Amino acid sequence: MTDPSQPLLSLRGINKSFGPVHVLRDVDLDVRAGRVTALVGDNGAGKSTLIKGVAGIYPFESGQIIYEGKPVSISGPKQANDLGIEVVYQDLALCDNLDVVHNMFLGREIKSGVTLDETSMEKRAAETLAGLSVRTLKSLRQQVSSLSGGQRQTVAIARAVLWNSNLVILDEPTAALGVAQTEQVLNLVRRLADNGLGVVLISHNMNDVQAVADDIACLYLGRMAAQVEKSTVSSQQVVELITTGRSGDIGLQPETAMGGAA
Amino acid sequence: MTAQITDVDVPAAGDTGGLGQAARDYWARVRGGDIGSLPAVLGLIALIVLFGVLEGSTFLSIFNFANLINQSAAIIVLAMGLVFVLLLGEIDLSAGFAAGTCAAVLAVALDSWGLVWPLALVAALLTGAAIGLVIGSLVARLGIPSFVVTLAMFLALQGAMLLIIGEGGTIPIRSEAILVVMNGNMPVMGGWLLAIIVIAGFALSTLASIRRRRTAGLPAEAMSVWGAKVGGLAVLILVATYLLNQERQLPTAKVTIQGVPWVVVVILVLLVGLTFLLQRTAFGRHVYAVGGNREAARRAGINVKRLMITCFVFCSTLAAIAGVLLASRDNSVSPTTGGAQTLLFAVGAAVIGGTSLFGGRGKIRDAVIGGLVIAVIANGLPLITQQSGIQFVVTGLVLLVAASVDAISRRRAASTGR
Repeated sequence: MTDPSQPLLSLRGINKSFGPVHVLRDVDLDVRAGRVTALVGDNGAGKSTLIKGVAGIYPFESGQIIYEGKPVSISGPKQANDLGIEVVYQDLALCDNLDVVHNMFLGREIKSGVTLDETSMEKRAAETLAGLSVRTLKSLRQQVSSLSGGQRQTVAIARAVLWNSNLVILDEPTAALGVAQTEQVLNLVRRLADNGLGVVLISHNMNDVQAVADDIACLYLGRMAAQVEKSTVSSQQVVELITTGRSGDIGLQPETAMGGAA
Repeated sequence: MTAQITDVDVPAAGDTGGLGQAARDYWARVRGGDIGSLPAVLGLIALIVLFGVLEGSTFLSIFNFANLINQSAAIIVLAMGLVFVLLLGEIDLSAGFAAGTCAAVLAVALDSWGLVWPLALVAALLTGAAIGLVIGSLVARLGIPSFVVTLAMFLALQGAMLLIIGEGGTIPIRSEAILVVMNGNMPVMGGWLLAIIVIAGFALSTLASIRRRRTAGLPAEAMSVWGAKVGGLAVLILVATYLLNQERQLPTAKVTIQGVPWVVVVILVLLVGLTFLLQRTAFGRHVYAVGGNREAARRAGINVKRLMITCFVFCSTLAAIAGVLLASRDNSVSPTTGGAQTLLFAVGAAVIGGTSLFGGRGKIRDAVIGGLVIAVIANGLPLITQQSGIQFVVTGLVLLVAASVDAISRRRAASTGR
């Protein structure tokens, strides 16, 4: 797969505006395989905009996307999927009225002739869930509406890894969950990285970040304030980075724009 | 690895449990809000018992049984079409007059243009498809609520129908092939053959699916459960066939009337074909997905707009078939064909059968079960009371009860989920 010394995904000098609002300014980001990169920042810092650009929802204005060492352009969700990039959205991800297997294969069903190949799909879904050590589902044929919030998130994440993806982006996967379910999902996030995938975790929750992240990337008002290894910073420093954009000698220095490659 | 193991294990290969377990699982699903056709089936049994006790000699006569099928056929087919749009969470209020308009096209094609019946039938079906295409495009592409679009079409089609039929008022249908659908019966042996084909088809296809799952090492239905299902269906079909194969005329009459009505074949073909489409193909799966969560479906790469248009085309084309059945039953097409309560009965049939008004839940068979409930009410009530006011009130109440069951089970499903 990828050379571990080299990032799986590198963003360089990303810019994006919505009309007069400059949402992202010269943002750089590195995501490495086998590591969980937490993307933090206050509301409006540009986290979702950055992710949607990578997911192909809309294009960046300038900047470079380097994926597996090669510069790529992502012009649509389909193309992002083809590259092996999967996004698990906070909500709107699953159809309540379909069962687990149907949801995992939605839009990409395995067919034999005109009919759906239910057995192949169920087998592969079971294998994927087993590979993630998920043992909390009673039946793969139960409707998603009967699942708990944590189980739903599990299904959404399992759907993302079903397609031999190597970069999974999770948008606040624990936002609506209780304590036990949060732990369950965080364990799963950890396992994704341990299985060699690159993981981007968007989160507001410092506990989650502390529990599971390897790297922390902090956006502040559309700029990348800092990308650091978690072990080198304290929780307090991360909070300072989120709220003021700097903490001691890391982060944005006053009157200094980050050098961009754009 | 910090693999944490909690709760229940992933289901092992093998059987999903015997009859007792199957019954418990079913009950758990019902309690969880996945109520399906259960209220309709119970309601149907209750109504038959009620009318049987009150007016047994008339209501339970063999003649009336065949009559019931004729009364419900058009409503069932119309309701099958409505299931497609209801699954999306949309509605088609114009389906009744779409049926009438297509019936008018059929009648004019046969009577005025002198076309042979297959061509006239194709013209009627194409008219239906075109109506659906217009409605679907307006709803999906322009984003007008389907309620408004089809309300407008409800009026427009009523007018179109008057224009097509012209001043005469009523156009007779003389084509034998069209008339036999609602007025003719299969030979007795044909009826038995049909019954055996249906039972064997069901038994073999479900058996094949169980086999396939076993070979793949997936949990499969126990043979006892399979046997009970096949047995239950077989008894039901054989009894119905036996009753329909009895002589329905009075002993003094010269002609004999016996056998399964031909329209049963039409309904069976539609039931099997459309169920296959909705349950076994990617298209069907996507219909449910769009009804369940439109945004999730869109993000999964489903072309939601095209799918919605297709569903409206299905609805109006099935309405065209219902129109042909109405024309066949009445031997003519008049400006009232497909009007009055036809549409409301069809929506009622789908909802009573268990199809949700909120989208995402429902099956083609709901239309059949619900259509029978509606027909039993329409057939049984006049035997008890001559007041048509009471009949309307009762039918309205039944629809309200069905909609309430739908809303309550939806709430239940939402509350048990989290």
